[in-house]
Amino acid sequence: MTTMDRLVGAGVDRIDGPAKVRGTAPYAYEQDPGEPIAHLAVVQSTVNRGRISRLDPSRAEALPGVLAVLTPANAPRLGKGLASDLPVLQSLDVHYQGQVVAAVVAETSEIAKAAVGAIAVGYDAEPPDVALSPDREDLYAPEKLMAGFATDSIIGDVDGALAAAVVSIDATYETPTQHHNPIEMHTSMARWDGDSLTLWDADQGPHNIVNDLVTGFGLDAGQVRVISPYVGGAFGSKAFTHPNQMLAAMAARVVGRTVVYELTRQQMFSLVGHRTPTIQRLRLGADPEGRLTAISHEVVEHTARIAEFAEQTATPTRVLYAAPHRRTTHRLARLDVPPPTIMRAPGETPGMFALESAMDELAVVLGLDPVELRIRNEPERDPERDLPWSTRNLVECLRTGAERFGWAGRDLRPGVRTEGRWLVGTGVASATYPTRRRKAQCRISVDGAGRYVVEIDGSDIGTGAWTALTQIAADALGTDMASVELRIGDSRLPFAGGAGGSTGLASWGTAIVFTARDLRKQLDEQHGGQPPAGGLSVDGELPGESPHAKTHSMHAYGAHFVEVRVDRDSGEVRVPRATSVYDAGTIVNAKTARSQLLGGFSMGVSMALHEGSVTDERYGHYVNHDLAEYHVATNADIGEIDISWLDVDDQLANPIGLKGIGEIGITGAAAAVANAYWHATRLRIRDLPITPDKYFRELGES
Amino acid sequence: MRITTTVNGTEHEVDDVWAGESLLYVLRERMGLPGSKNACEQGECGSCTVYLDGEPVCACLVAAGQAIGREVTTVEGLATEGELHPVQEAFVEAGAVQCGFCTPGLLVAAHDLLERVPDPSDLEIREALAGNLCRCTGYEKILDAVRLAAARQARP
Ligand code: FES
Ligand code: FES
Repeated sequence: MTTMDRLVGAGVDRIDGPAKVRGTAPYAYEQDPGEPIAHLAVVQSTVNRGRISRLDPSRAEALPGVLAVLTPANAPRLGKGLASDLPVLQSLDVHYQGQVVAAVVAETSEIAKAAVGAIAVGYDAEPPDVALSPDREDLYAPEKLMAGFATDSIIGDVDGALAAAVVSIDATYETPTQHHNPIEMHTSMARWDGDSLTLWDADQGPHNIVNDLVTGFGLDAGQVRVISPYVGGAFGSKAFTHPNQMLAAMAARVVGRTVVYELTRQQMFSLVGHRTPTIQRLRLGADPEGRLTAISHEVVEHTARIAEFAEQTATPTRVLYAAPHRRTTHRLARLDVPPPTIMRAPGETPGMFALESAMDELAVVLGLDPVELRIRNEPERDPERDLPWSTRNLVECLRTGAERFGWAGRDLRPGVRTEGRWLVGTGVASATYPTRRRKAQCRISVDGAGRYVVEIDGSDIGTGAWTALTQIAADALGTDMASVELRIGDSRLPFAGGAGGSTGLASWGTAIVFTARDLRKQLDEQHGGQPPAGGLSVDGELPGESPHAKTHSMHAYGAHFVEVRVDRDSGEVRVPRATSVYDAGTIVNAKTARSQLLGGFSMGVSMALHEGSVTDERYGHYVNHDLAEYHVATNADIGEIDISWLDVDDQLANPIGLKGIGEIGITGAAAAVANAYWHATRLRIRDLPITPDKYFRELGES
Repeated sequence: MRITTTVNGTEHEVDDVWAGESLLYVLRERMGLPGSKNACEQGECGSCTVYLDGEPVCACLVAAGQAIGREVTTVEGLATEGELHPVQEAFVEAGAVQCGFCTPGLLVAAHDLLERVPDPSDLEIREALAGNLCRCTGYEKILDAVRLAAARQARP
């Protein structure tokens, strides 16, 4: 291990905890702008494609307390170059249902919402085109996938190897549209002082939002300040700018005072992104011992008319298992849907459901233990990039997890264990997520008394970054946490990218370590190791990717073991216990990390059993657009979950040795549940979520 | 309409309340008590849970007028003289708080459970917190926090 892990590794209580349990931590809506606040509410299109033919704001304008009604006819013009649905109210064209077609600003949110009902809108509309299918003629290959991944990867002769394989499977898996639904709704509060804009905002990183405001309102970066110290969950929906930030700023400019826009829960289903549905065909070929000869993973997913979002769904298949012949492809359909966006482990989450289900199916055909099948296909090097691993302990995760879960002696046969009315089964799946880091800048100041201020525009969306970064800083500065004041969540602070891609601690933490080293060097060399009376301030930077990222393949890994019980009469599914073991590098805070991994895994269980936004193909909307009908796991859905991690330190990734933990927990989790469901019932559900009706559908077919 | 309500032991009086306003709205917008959260406004998430005359309710589903002359306790009223209530302490210590947006409602629900049932079984905890959604934690640590608070209360 490193020499700096005095606080790193400890399960320190989160420093933002007391304010949160008192109810005093100020989220975006609760910030004090220093003047009375006006409220914004929106009118949303009821059609998916077409043009506004009639929009009469006069009745709304006449209501007492209404300050302004913004429409495409009178809204201020935004600068050119805004992507996706950010040019709000700039045209009469409608591209998705739920698009903002007018906005009311009023003295109170109640008045604004009432006024929305008084606005009549007519459309010249075309029927919605929202159905994803692998048979669509207009599927196309995007130039690139998210995060710069290649659209396709082809090595060897896949079709030849599949045809020649002694054992093979060919199956298609489907995952539905999903919505992030952080418990805090997206909220933006804007105040102008002359030509300077302050935005209190719920986002995953203020610097992620600033540029769009600069572009939209024709400002210099110095004229925009975005502040987000406390964020009530995000999971990707708050990573990038959405219409809410543009609208709040626009409306505040029009009415000349602070305006806040808090989305409703229903609006969270159209205005802030979703995870694309996927249709994935998996073909695996193997020899009789279970060694893979070919892997083919072909993905069909959707994007919006007005924005291309190409999820990297098959990318985990490029790294997880060895096989000489391999292919991954991604094809998109452009539909009349809101713009998709990243959602917790974009790519890996739906992709691993398919790959890890297919591996289970292959194990069944081979009559082989599914843990053993994975171990037999462990690649020595990255099978597509042909690079060594920085660190890779998937096999140890599988072995340790099997041990902790009590996997040994598992009967391979499905549908043979019952306890009363419950059918009982167990399943396994691997987890993986890339390890990366990004450019970040940092400033550390020390005063004459040895008190440190660490400034970096990192972000805590519930992850524990407030605490973990303070631990990292204290260790790097050779002091205790009480001597370190951390400042994050403000675009005035030194640049950093937002929380996302499990890069937060790797990027911000490394920038802090580099800057702290520099500060200590200056103190040693120029000040005899003591802070000078007048204090000292040092600026530092992490340029970006690890220098080893080009020569090594870097990923976190894990293994999930799950027990599933299915009521044989009702099809009700329970997950009473699970074990997950992770290789996620150094764990900075044992307490907050455990919560992150638990939360990720639980979201995977939620995905397996509950989550899915149902599209009405005739009328083009999401039918279940609230928390009453978009089901997320409640506490009764989550049983005993045993989380642990291996003692790994990935020094090639970053000097702290961490790999990131925000996303690894969800990857593979849904497959583990589906595999256990098969083991309990003999029924293979290949389209998530596994709701009770599918139990009867499959029973009917089998 | 005028609303006079005792909130966290202090009498609050607000005027010109529209009959359609919820108790949650009045607490957050008019009384300067933003601790209770709005996350759905239709009784699905539990983030707005407060006590109304000692009964936990979803403040988003209670019309403000129904609170006239009654006693309300919010998350801001759980601590006494600045000291965290054992349930609040346990949430921090057990790691039951992540983004914290569900926390105020869960704290009121957990507080209520422990008042009624000092030593709850797991089933009773799950039942009592069934109306509170958390998207971050996976609930395990929330259960731990309630168990921890119960154990602490049992010790004199
Ligand atoms: S805001 Fe009241 S239950 Fe969700
Ligand atoms: S801690 Fe974020 S929703 Fe519960």
